Amino acid sequence: MPTRRRALAVILALAVLAAASMLLSLAVGSLSLGLHDVLAALSGDGEGMAAEVVRSLRLPRTLGAFACGGLLALAGALMQVLLRNPLADPYVLGISGGAAVGALAAMLGGLALAFVNLGAFAGSFLATLLVFGLAHGDSSWTHTRLLLTGVIVAAGCGAAVALILSIAPEHKLHGMLYWLMGDAGQIVDPRPALLILVFGLLATLPMARELNLLARGETMAASLGIMVPRLKRVVYVLSSLLTAAAVTTAGSIGFIGLVVPHLVRLAVGNDQRLLLPAAALAGGSLLVLADTLARTVVAPTQLPVGVLTALLGVPVFLFLLGREPKARS
Amino acid sequence: MSAPLLEARTLDVAIGGRTLCRGLDWQVMPGESWAILGRNGAGKSTLLATLAGLRRPGSGAVLIDGRSVAAAHPRELARVRGYLPQQSHDPFASTVLETVLVGRHPHLGRWDWESAVDRRIAEAALGEVGLAGFAQRDVQTLSGGERQRLGIAALLTQEPRLFLLDEPLAHLDLNHQVAQMEVLARRAAHGAGVVAVLHDPGFAARWCGFALLLFGDGEWIAGPVADTVTAENLSRLYNHPLRRLAGAPYPVFIPE
Repeated sequence: MPTRRRALAVILALAVLAAASMLLSLAVGSLSLGLHDVLAALSGDGEGMAAEVVRSLRLPRTLGAFACGGLLALAGALMQVLLRNPLADPYVLGISGGAAVGALAAMLGGLALAFVNLGAFAGSFLATLLVFGLAHGDSSWTHTRLLLTGVIVAAGCGAAVALILSIAPEHKLHGMLYWLMGDAGQIVDPRPALLILVFGLLATLPMARELNLLARGETMAASLGIMVPRLKRVVYVLSSLLTAAAVTTAGSIGFIGLVVPHLVRLAVGNDQRLLLPAAALAGGSLLVLADTLARTVVAPTQLPVGVLTALLGVPVFLFLLGREPKARS
Repeated sequence: MSAPLLEARTLDVAIGGRTLCRGLDWQVMPGESWAILGRNGAGKSTLLATLAGLRRPGSGAVLIDGRSVAAAHPRELARVRGYLPQQSHDPFASTVLETVLVGRHPHLGRWDWESAVDRRIAEAALGEVGLAGFAQRDVQTLSGGERQRLGIAALLTQEPRLFLLDEPLAHLDLNHQVAQMEVLARRAAHGAGVVAVLHDPGFAARWCGFALLLFGDGEWIAGPVADTVTAENLSRLYNHPLRRLAGAPYPVFIPE
């Protein structure tokens, strides 16, 4: 049981980790820089190529990766509370898939980047609407049905993506594939994603204790004075907005929303007042580190960061899935 | 005479087009303990959820502490009435102490964290249900009976004046059944109202002053146990002949 003081200490420690991961990301690459150079470039004193690389290449990418990691982790944590299922995740539920279809359709049409982003945004909202709408059915959301619906929507999106890829002209394929796998290199302006992340945190923190109760069951929450339908609507809209913002910024990056809340929950417990901000910070740090690794490990080739996160996420998901029945009995 | 804690006015409770309880006019005064008896599917749980304000009645009204539950703010309601659902399911790991402390939610402001006082209330509740020393255990490792007592502890931590309990004795051993009824009786002795769905008419007669019998076809009987929990009524209620054992200090009913 965290106290307010312990929660602040954990958040502070994670903020330090986040800052450290971002400094590392700014320093490492084909042009290796010392901490001094990085700080000089950031403060605006630096001159020449080093400062240029840090400010106009690595900084947007690092900040964007951090924002996306934070957005996905926060969205995942919220969906898990909403569905009372630790397996829920924007990627698993097919919401990222919907965004991919929207974005690729825009690319296929040869539209400008802004329309690709708009397509991703629209696609993720439509997929969310579809998943939650279909699984709505009776008065209470049946969670198994929702996960299954998500899986089916994800499969359908996968097929649509395959269709688009197979009819796309050669010269567009590479960009599409990179978008699909999730790539922080395409981030131009990280500010919208960062703003939405801050907004998401500010909006969720005041209702964090209510979310604690919602995670324990709707009847329980209602009997303790929570307006459950309203809270659920807010969480639903917020989590799809956060997902859409992340996918629009860096393409479809899987499993951050699943892995990070789970790891944070293991470390600090399931109190949303601590879990939500901690997951956002940890998710951001993880994606920054993964992206740094992705662009340095087989340099000069840059791996799409989504490949790394999926390689990490699949075993964790399977582990969770296998553990589930034992915990219930 | 003080005002009733809970009042049903010409209340109809229906589910799936079937009226389970028709025209219920009924009051629970402070200090009273009521048992709700009836067959499986007679509408005991549905009625209890309706009384708690968690379900809309077919018609009629429910008043808690003189205010209509339909109009009351859920948070205000939660400071007066506590509700123990039939089942609780824990998809996430959580300590026993955290689980008990959810009962403090209606008493805390939006930005408040649980204080030392809240913690003391929670620990006292754990002690009362025989779970002292379990505070740091994970709820997912508890047995069915321990989980049930944890739910009752959370309800005690909520400190309501009206207790609505759906099968509080489910999964419990005999000693714990008696202990939980004693805990509730103590609350009633201090002026709380207690309404519990029970399966054992003997327990109802022993621990509750009053009983509400639901026949499942809309008919109901309410009143002091001496008048309501009789062999004749119970035989009709359970659709099986029952006989009251003569000479026992408390009413004991055995199936013929």
